[in-house]
Amino acid sequence: MSIPVVDVPDMTLDTETETLLELAEPERKEVGGQWSLPFLLEIGTEEIPDWMIPTALENLRLSFEKLEIPHESVRLDATPRRLVLRAEGLAARQPDSVERVLGPPKSAPPQAVAGFARKQGIAYLDDLKVESTPKGEYYTCRKKVPGRNTKDILAEALPGVILGLYFPKTMYWTGKGGPRFIRPIRWIVALLGPDIIPFELAGVRSGRLTSGHRRLGAREIAVTTADYERRLGDHGVVLSAEERRHRIRHGMAGIRIKPDDKLLETLVYLTECPMPIQGNFDPQFLELPEEVLITVMRHHQRYFSVQDAEGKLAPQFVAVMNIPSDPEGFVRRGNERVLRARFNDARFFWETDQKKKLADRKPDLAHVTFQAKLGSYLAKTERMMQLARELGGDAHAVRAAELSKIDLTTELVKEFTELQGVVGGLYARVQGESEPVWQAIYDHYKPESMEDAIPRNRTAQIVALADKLDTLRGCFGVGLIPTGSRDPFALRRAAQGVVRILIEGRFEISLFDFVGDDEALKAFFAERVRYYFKDIRGFAYDEINACMAASVGWGNLVDLAARLERVRGLRASPDFEPLAAAFKRIANILEQAMSAGFTAVPSGIDESLLEEGPERALYREFRGIQAQPIENVISRLRPKIDLFFDKVLVNAPDLVVRQNRLTLLQTLLAEFSTMADFSEIVTNS
Amino acid sequence: MQSFQQIILTLKQYWADRGCIIQEPYDTEVGAGTMCPETFLRVLGPDPYRVAYVQPSRRPADGRYGDNPNRLYKHSQLQVILKPAPSDVIEQYLGSLEAIGIDLKQHDLKLEEDNWEAPTLGAWGIGWQVMLDGLEISQFTYFQQCGGIDLDLVPAELTYGLERLTAFLQAKDSVYEIEWAPGFSYGDVRYQDELQYSVYNFEMADISTLWKLFDLHEGEATRLIKLYDPKSPEKRRFPLLPAYDQVLKCSNLFNTLDARGAISVTERVGVIQRVRKMAVAIAAAWSDQQQAPTAEVAQ
Repeated sequence: MSIPVVDVPDMTLDTETETLLELAEPERKEVGGQWSLPFLLEIGTEEIPDWMIPTALENLRLSFEKLEIPHESVRLDATPRRLVLRAEGLAARQPDSVERVLGPPKSAPPQAVAGFARKQGIAYLDDLKVESTPKGEYYTCRKKVPGRNTKDILAEALPGVILGLYFPKTMYWTGKGGPRFIRPIRWIVALLGPDIIPFELAGVRSGRLTSGHRRLGAREIAVTTADYERRLGDHGVVLSAEERRHRIRHGMAGIRIKPDDKLLETLVYLTECPMPIQGNFDPQFLELPEEVLITVMRHHQRYFSVQDAEGKLAPQFVAVMNIPSDPEGFVRRGNERVLRARFNDARFFWETDQKKKLADRKPDLAHVTFQAKLGSYLAKTERMMQLARELGGDAHAVRAAELSKIDLTTELVKEFTELQGVVGGLYARVQGESEPVWQAIYDHYKPESMEDAIPRNRTAQIVALADKLDTLRGCFGVGLIPTGSRDPFALRRAAQGVVRILIEGRFEISLFDFVGDDEALKAFFAERVRYYFKDIRGFAYDEINACMAASVGWGNLVDLAARLERVRGLRASPDFEPLAAAFKRIANILEQAMSAGFTAVPSGIDESLLEEGPERALYREFRGIQAQPIENVISRLRPKIDLFFDKVLVNAPDLVVRQNRLTLLQTLLAEFSTMADFSEIVTNS
Repeated sequence: MQSFQQIILTLKQYWADRGCIIQEPYDTEVGAGTMCPETFLRVLGPDPYRVAYVQPSRRPADGRYGDNPNRLYKHSQLQVILKPAPSDVIEQYLGSLEAIGIDLKQHDLKLEEDNWEAPTLGAWGIGWQVMLDGLEISQFTYFQQCGGIDLDLVPAELTYGLERLTAFLQAKDSVYEIEWAPGFSYGDVRYQDELQYSVYNFEMADISTLWKLFDLHEGEATRLIKLYDPKSPEKRRFPLLPAYDQVLKCSNLFNTLDARGAISVTERVGVIQRVRKMAVAIAAAWSDQQQAPTAEVAQ
């Protein structure tokens, strides 16, 4: 191994002073009588998993802000080997403050008072004050507390800031009981202006030495806050993620890439010096399904795939290296060879799997566990077929449910687990299953995320529902209920999928028919429904509460969505909020009456008991608008209700009249509560 | 062009120069170099240790009758244990690649997250797969637990896939075409192993015999584990290493039965538990046995 050149200037004391003067210009400026200093923190580590980096940076920012050290601006950067926070405009010293020191009580003997004064360095007793405190009257004095040096504050706080960063999985490396971090910390740069902020963490002393690209840079590079990023650049490290992203995009310009932002982000945080290169593969492999080829390239090799002018897969790929060039073609040829081997494997699996049809493999499902307490995938398949029928599925849906899980026994899915479903669909197509059947198998894991589409046709939607509902019912049935962030069976995603398919697929059925009496599962679904309408569809939480609390319930999600749209439409009306407030009042009155023993009169409203004026007017209005949509009548109804509450005493002294009035209000409330429980609407009045 | 054996010799020399004891392969079938006592037991306890060895690793289910150019029933791992891991361990590893002639300025090297776990050993660690021009050539792991015990010193385990690495260096598409020694290909040396073991593991292994053997080895291991007495003044002599051999036999029999398709779903988790239980018990006993002596000798 060639020993990397150590790039450290002579750091003897004299040179440091020298440096300090030299840096005075860019590094220190005077603001309001205080030196304003730049701050640099670089946590140097071994390679951090790419997907954890953006969150870690955000946490680093929050932890820094929590220190409450005034500053002008903050900038965060990261590569796989460093988390970096830079801030501008820190004061060298925090402002002085004044503290009140409590002495003896006013009643204390003079010696005690003199002793207090002496201890506080006060020459004249007159300088002491007597102040009243919650404990009584006490001698006090004021003491000036000089502001601390920012460097000292940081030196104390930074170890905690660094070790306090949250990572999903941490390790220890200095020995049992040692500090934990995502990967070993190997160096730390901590500078405030020209000075090192001194501290030690996991055996590493903070300093001014950073480290370059593993192969393109030096192991140790002395930096200042001013030249840090440039020096890293000289040693093969592109510090800014934005710049790395740009380099990758720019390097692929002119190549018809299948766009893939997620892969791009992965590569941005997997490299310090990214550069794309294009490679080729044998066009013969294009006989294999595109899905398989793309999965191999994307998931296993982290390559971008390339399309031809018609949008079909081209026999090319783009890999992103962590070095700037490949003049000899070593990297390209290496990647081509790896891809060839991978594709050969895939072809081998594809051909092997074809030797036994999906339908003939069904008994093999008995050997694949779904979940220890819930039996094998064969048992799950039987349950899914039954559910598909209950969901109104035809013979295609039942057939698709029967075949849907069998690809778990194939070599191709064992090798590329992320292709479950897709592979089954492709095999079913080749083996002559009808279009709705193979498409349903292909799509039945969808939607796999909030951005993903729901299955493409009815048969597929039914199979997807059967799969997810079975998983949810089974898991809840044996107590496997997600708690906090623990959701090993991805039940939230399954429930979210059910909600989206029912709504977006316009299934006019009640979810409750398939959830049974499981209250925990019902509550779990309620949470997903709320999330969907609030965060995805943008409804207000009180609109959602109101519509879900409607007398018709929320089991029919298509109906719920329609009612929400209506409430959102109504909300624009100036009459809406006052009416909602009135409904809330009605609900309160009825609730009180109910607890006092009121029950509605079975015969309904007795017209003869209605008082002339606002009461009778409200009743007549109500009779006139009954069964009409609220949108049409809201403007007529509202003044009548307002007037009623203004003029009529609901709790009339005459019990019969009171009973009749309450019945009128209850009837009115019931009429509109089929759409929403308007008393749930949060009003300003 | 460097031969397979030349690459092995160079790597062994490289690690010997860095203070590693060079061991020969362990003489019992294992699924991975990690399972050898040189790793599994030596990583326990507070004593530093450095060792490197080439371990043939047997994975019955990966056998392909010698037909697949990249998959092998028995492949060769170079296993390096540096306990505790030095702070420049990655640089040392990169140096080993340069020692076998890989110019890292001309090749693309990435460390991609890949944490390792061996449920049958109660062992896990944090680390990466090392990707060279898109090819996984090594697994790099910082051990955290072994036999269910938090490790006192954190070792780095470097595992080189020697066939892959050689195929890379010799630019061969098939592992069977790589040159083992001048005049001998890998196929010349190993093809028969691949073919015959695939036939045995997939077709001819007698299931009831294998189960009987499993029970016998398990019985012997369990018998010994029960006899270990932490309070005995004689415990230093207690044969824990032979007991561990019985566990290794069980592990290999489990893998063979699995490849043979003889382990049903319900059994599978249970059998893994049985092996794990023995491995964990031996790890605990070994830690106790190795920690005790200084105090007792002093008495």
